[in-house]
Parts: sequence; structure tokens; C-alpha cells
Amino acid sequence: MTKLLAILIDGSIYAAWVFLMGLGMTLIYGVMKILNIAHGSLYALGAYMSVSLIGFYYATGSFPPMLGYAMLPLAAIAVGLIAGLLIERGVLRFMYGRDEVVMLLVTYSIFLILEDAAKLIWGVDPYFAYQPYGLLGTVEILDLIYPVYDFLLIAISLCCAVFVWWGLNKTRVGKLLIAVIHDREMSMAFGINVKLFFTVTFVIGAAFGALGGAVTAPKVSVVPGLGVEVIVLAFAVVVIGGLGSIEGAMIGSAIVGIVRAAAVHILPEVELFVIYGVMALVLAFKPHGLFAGPEVRKI
Amino acid sequence: MNTSKDNTLRTLSIGLILVLIFGFVATDWLRFLVQMSLATFLVVLGVMLQMRAGLVSFGQGLFYCLGAYVAGMAGYFWGITDVFLLLLAGTAACLLLSVVLGFLLVRYRGIFYANFSLALSMILYGLLVKAEILGSTDGFNVPHSTFLGFAPEGETLKITIFVLTSVIVYLVAVVLHRYLSSTYGYMGDAIRQNELRVEYLGASVRSLIHKVYVIAAAISGIGGVLTAISVGHVDPDLAYWTTSGEFVFVALLSGTANVIAPIVGTFLLELLRTYAFEYAPYTWQMILGVTMLLVILFLPGGIWSIGAERRTEN
Repeated sequence: MTKLLAILIDGSIYAAWVFLMGLGMTLIYGVMKILNIAHGSLYALGAYMSVSLIGFYYATGSFPPMLGYAMLPLAAIAVGLIAGLLIERGVLRFMYGRDEVVMLLVTYSIFLILEDAAKLIWGVDPYFAYQPYGLLGTVEILDLIYPVYDFLLIAISLCCAVFVWWGLNKTRVGKLLIAVIHDREMSMAFGINVKLFFTVTFVIGAAFGALGGAVTAPKVSVVPGLGVEVIVLAFAVVVIGGLGSIEGAMIGSAIVGIVRAAAVHILPEVELFVIYGVMALVLAFKPHGLFAGPEVRKI
Repeated sequence: MNTSKDNTLRTLSIGLILVLIFGFVATDWLRFLVQMSLATFLVVLGVMLQMRAGLVSFGQGLFYCLGAYVAGMAGYFWGITDVFLLLLAGTAACLLLSVVLGFLLVRYRGIFYANFSLALSMILYGLLVKAEILGSTDGFNVPHSTFLGFAPEGETLKITIFVLTSVIVYLVAVVLHRYLSSTYGYMGDAIRQNELRVEYLGASVRSLIHKVYVIAAAISGIGGVLTAISVGHVDPDLAYWTTSGEFVFVALLSGTANVIAPIVGTFLLELLRTYAFEYAPYTWQMILGVTMLLVILFLPGGIWSIGAERRTEN
């Protein structure tokens, strides 16, 4: 019973974490048809930015400690704006209209560049920003002790999901965006500024990736190579759910989270393997993921 | 057309002789560098073969790693050290796995092919990382090789492995070149350009892609075995997606027009990697990334396409 509960809670925490990654990735793919390998680097940059800001905030010592949490979204927005704009305006816009596979290779080269950019800016020593993690204390659920911060993570993740759902379905801009997703040329003909939508989407997607890193930073030591592992996890999530589908990313991260937590508690040897196992299994039976609609063939 | 075909075989043969002479005079580390380039060159050839059919594999490390591990395990657990048996075992394992997986993969194109191959290689990685009997993340050492009963030591062993690697890579390159200039080889190109037309011409795209996948896997397996023998050590990183990414990088950089193209690219990458640790430890990946972007933007045919027009005129 306790084990089941542990699996559920651990799974939810893990799912919340990977969802943040998958969300940005699936958003960018849905709108721009770019499977962004550089998303892992944005995650790493977000983590670095957040440790720097948190370190700076608490070093001064004169601000209220609770407001330190504001540094997390701040870091994400900063990285999204700076790195997102640099990547989209500086590189991607010259590549639009190319094959999806070429775009994959383009983002792979951006990934390589950003990996070293992080090393140049922050060096190779590990960074720590434990303050936000410890500040909230722990909570006990049926003999299981969890840091409250982990639940904050779930809350943040849910907020992001609601925000994106609301943005897409309830606002004018969101509806225009859906039009762009479905038919780029037709929306252009109707006077939608598709290029602007691309830029904005990429920045928002990048910010979600960076947020994933920013909220993780207090839990881990931030070192080079942080994003390399995350990128394939995010791949797994969006591929399981269906590329470009927000609901898919949710289901995908829930599956990945629970499966991984179950593996950790029941059979630790397969921890890494199950995630990719599930991914391969889904791909084998539903090549376009669980939630992607059928592709319309256009002439 | 015919003249350029003859040129390739001649260049390959001259290259083999030069490399062999080089192996006897070069310093230890330089010889090892060339040897490693030759071994990974085979994996890049596998990636390139798929690229010619328009398929990008982000998981060629699967077969690279499988070949290396099968060779390593055969020596480690069963005491098989004969290089030819190891090559046979490694290639056979890759053939078998790729024939089975091929049935799944032939249904995918574009990024889905890339994704699926990536997932498969990460499965192997995940398995190996947790396999304590195989040394988990550290991997294990591969025992010294023997050659049909001949068991050299020290310098002789190194030279023997070098000669063997060069000759095997030469043979594979020649065979692959013959394949590429055959009808099947050209059909790969046709698939990339327009799959539908190939079907209408009466060929089965799926069985062709299956063939390409299996051949690529076998070659990569040989590369893996040679790497295991050369380095004397295997670890799960061989199957990690960044390893596969490097193969894609080299294939893209070199271009897919000719089997010789990737050998230059592989050697340059190995050289860059060696010097990078000393002179540019924090910027060498950035150099790779920028190079790759420039190649995608300005040289879609890879470095090989420089001067390609002049060559065909001759």
C-alpha cells in the first residue's frame, strides 16, 4: 500500500518535471514542425540562470527569503527571451521551409553550440542553489516524507498546462495560432502574421524548457551536460503522446512518470530502460503517438 | 560515369597502401588515431547509406555498441579471442537484430525514423548501464586478441591489429562501393527523391529500406568489433545518443556522394577531438556546431561536393 502510494507520488513528481520539458517541445513542433534537440540546452541554460539569480538574491541577504521563488520564473523568462530570440532570429528563420529532418540536424548543431556556450559563461564547476528547496520544509504522508518543494513542482506544472490550454482555446491569439498550426499558407493568406507567431511560439516554448531547468536547479548540482540526458526524456514524452499535441504531452509524461517510478520501486535494474521501452512500444503500434490526429495530405 | 567508378577503387587501393606504410612509420598515438578513425568510419558509412535513402538514423550507436559488446563478451566470458571469430559473432548479432527490427523500422520516415532508431539505441544503453555483470557504466576490458592461433604481444600486437583494421575497412569500402554503383545502390537515391515513383516502377520501397538498414547495421557492427579490439575496452556510452549524433555529423559534413568522403571527415573529427582537449576544451563542440550549420546552409552535398563538378568533367 505504502509502496503503491510512493509510486503514485514519485510518479507524479517525475511526470510534472518531464511535462515541463515536453510542453515546450511539443508546442514548438506543433506550430513550427521543428523537433527541437536544442531544448535540452535551453533546460540547462535555465538551470544555470536560476542558480545564478538565486545565488545573487540570497547573497545580498536583505530581501525576504520567500520572494526568492520569483527568481525561478524570472530565469525562465530571461533565458526564453535571450536564447529563444537568438536562436529563432539568428538561425532558424533562415531555415524555414526545409525538410523536418534537416531542421532536426539544425537544432542538433544549435545544441552543440549551446552546450559549449554554457561552459564558456558559467565554467565547468558545479553550482548549488539549495535555498528554495529547503525553505518549504517537508511533509509526511503515511510514513513517507516528501519535500514540499516537490509538490510545488507539480503545482507549477499544472499551472503551465492550464495556462497553455486556456491560451490556445480561450483567447483570440490562441485561436489564430491553431489556424496557423492547421494550415500555414491559408492563415498567411488571411493576413495572420505567421512569422511573428513563429517567433513568439519559439520564445514561449524555449521559456518552458528553461523553466523546467530553473525549477530543477535547486534540487540538483548544476553541472555541464545537464541537458544531454533530459533531451531524450523529453523526446520520449512527446513521442509517446504524439508530436505537437498538448494533451498528448500530458498523457505521455504521466505514463513516463508512473512507469519510471514503478520501475524504481519494484525493479530498479530496468529504471532507464523502461522509458525507452515504452517509447519504442508506442512507436511500434501507434507510429504517430497516442494522441496525434491523422495527418492530412495536402496537394 | 565509368571513369569515376574506376577512380574510386584505385584511390581506395592507393589509400590502403599509404595507410599501411604510414602504420609502420608513424608514432603510436598517430597510428591509433588513424585506426580509430577507420573503425568509426565504418559506422559513418552505415549512417551515410541510410542518408542516401533519405533516412537519418540517430541511433546507429545501437549496432556500433552491440558489435563491440558481443566481441567483448565473447572474449571476457567464453575466452574467444580470435579476431575473425569475434568479427563473425559481432556481425552476426547485428545482422540478426537488424533483420528483426527492420520489420518495424521500414514503416517510418523522416523524424519518426530518427526517433525510433534513437529510442532503440537508448534501450540498449539503459540495459547496459544497469547490467552489473557487464560493469554497468564503466564497461569492461576486452582481452588481447589472437589471429588464427597467432598471439602477438606488445608492439607486434598493435601493428597486427592496425593492419587487420585497415584491410577489413578497405574490403568493406570496396564492397559498399560496388553496392552503391549497383541498381540497388541507385534505388536508394531514388527513394530519397521520390518514394512513390519507385513503387510505381515496380520496386518495393520497404524491402529496399530493410536491406539498407541491415547492411548499415552489419557494417556498423564490424566497426564496433574493430573499436572494441583496438581500444581494449567497451562501455555503454557507445550506444548513447550523442555518439550516434557524431556519426550523423560526420556523414553530413562529408557528404553522401562517395564512400571515400566520410573517411576524411572521420579523420578530421578524431584529429580535432584530440587537439581540442588541449587547445579548446570548452569550444570544440561549438566549432562542430557552427561547422554543421554552415554545411547545412551552404554545402548541402557536404565537403565532397566541393570540386565534384570538376571531377565529373574529367
